Amino acid sequence: MSTTINSPFLGLAGVTAHQVVRRFGERTVLDRLDLTIGEEELLVLLGPSGCGKSTLLRLLAGLDRPDGGTIEVPVKRAVVFQGDRLLPWQRVLPNVTLGLRGPDADARGRAVLEEVSLAGREQAWPKELSGGEAQRVALARALVTEPDLILLDEPFAALDAITRLRMHGLVRELRSKHHAAMLLVTHDVDEAIALADRIVVMSQGQIGTSHEVHLSGAERAGSIQREQLRSALLADLGLATSL
Amino acid sequence: MTRLDTAYPEVDERPLVALPAPREREIFVATDDQPQNSLAKLGQRFRWPLGIYTTPVAILIIWEILAEVGVLGPTDAPAPSSIFTTAVNLWNQGVLGPDLAISMRRVALGLALGLTVGITAGVLGGLLRSGEYLFNGVMQIFNTIPILAVLPLIIIWFGIDEVPKIIIIAFGAAVPMYLNLFAAIRGVDQRLIEMARTAGVSTGRLVRKVLLPGALPGFLVGLRFSLAFSILGLVAAETVNANSGIGYLITQAQTYLQTNEVFVGLVIYSILGLLADQVVRILERVLLRWRPSYVAK
Repeated sequence: MSTTINSPFLGLAGVTAHQVVRRFGERTVLDRLDLTIGEEELLVLLGPSGCGKSTLLRLLAGLDRPDGGTIEVPVKRAVVFQGDRLLPWQRVLPNVTLGLRGPDADARGRAVLEEVSLAGREQAWPKELSGGEAQRVALARALVTEPDLILLDEPFAALDAITRLRMHGLVRELRSKHHAAMLLVTHDVDEAIALADRIVVMSQGQIGTSHEVHLSGAERAGSIQREQLRSALLADLGLATSL
Repeated sequence: MTRLDTAYPEVDERPLVALPAPREREIFVATDDQPQNSLAKLGQRFRWPLGIYTTPVAILIIWEILAEVGVLGPTDAPAPSSIFTTAVNLWNQGVLGPDLAISMRRVALGLALGLTVGITAGVLGGLLRSGEYLFNGVMQIFNTIPILAVLPLIIIWFGIDEVPKIIIIAFGAAVPMYLNLFAAIRGVDQRLIEMARTAGVSTGRLVRKVLLPGALPGFLVGLRFSLAFSILGLVAAETVNANSGIGYLITQAQTYLQTNEVFVGLVIYSILGLLADQVVRILERVLLRWRPSYVAK
């Protein structure tokens, strides 16, 4: 069941998930989980494979319904999946403007493609793109609708390390232009530190620990605070290194 | 005289430690697409000058020789040249042209009817659960009934004029089109449908931009079967009850032991089949440009 409501009194533009339960047969993947994401916050959800982070993302995207609890999300939201999920029978520009209507759709599509440095590739077929380019098209497709919430499901996991670093830079750049709450699901601790305003670690179907990240770009690249945060996150994941 | 013995002391240069056996290696170098000299260029061009028609042409030549020598009798398999002459004669007598026109008209009408039914039912069945319940059972049952077996019933119901022939051809075309289109629509990548839903795509646009283009390869497979079965239906309908058309020409020729004319009919049927296949190939090349496919060496 889904209801569209205006909730001006709550004053929350991001995400509110309250006591969310999700079961697959006998297995309870999400067990009375609570989560809020601020209006323009970039929250990173960190956890190992199979901990339920993608399950949570699908619930927030509205692709699945919870078995218990309530979820409140903006109507205007977009998802970037792990695979690019481009329509192979459409060229790049129509792929980007797939969800757009109106006469200015093409112009908006071109503008967003320029933001992800793909100007001039509008007429390419998806099969002609590299992995990084295809993922940037997917990012453009999510941004073009000006969503209030962007959900990213391990969007850079399949990319090589160099391309991934470039994509991190791109995401930081795009955040200054597009104002939206973002949830990034990843199992990569370094990616979490590079991008997050706040990092939450999932464990046993609930949100475990939460770390606010107040670091500058340089500090995220290398600093004592960064290493401390990294150690703390690894400890939360049960991967404490004996330094 | 001193005898100089050339027996040098035997030198055993074998090392004490056994060397590993040399491993096989491959070396790749740049390939030249353009052959250097004009002779090689000529050779390239004439390597397979007939392309896919190499084997058919070879068979024709062997057949011609065997017929000329007398191994194959004129009532068994007349020489290709004689079949060709017969075709020209029949055309000049004004027999072949009208028969061909009648047959083509039957195929065209039957295909138009059959494809309309097959595509409509396939799209509705693929997109809607209620469409599936309406059409799927009956089409699966039709699929198990051979065309030839329905023929007597069609004759009893509709007589022996044009209508039963068109119905038989339509029947042959509709069933494979429905089955392939249904399966193709249901088989569209679930991940793309999910993506479209999260991208705020309306249902109409989901159908137009995702489901139907995604089902296109399956549609073309269905079309290929439909065209083949429509010609099969034509043969069945014209052979059993007709007083005009290519099938009638064959039946008559059989009665008077005119093997030449039987072969003329067969050749025409096979040309129709080849043409149908060629149409689908062209459609595939145009409609499936986006799909990378294997290029044989």
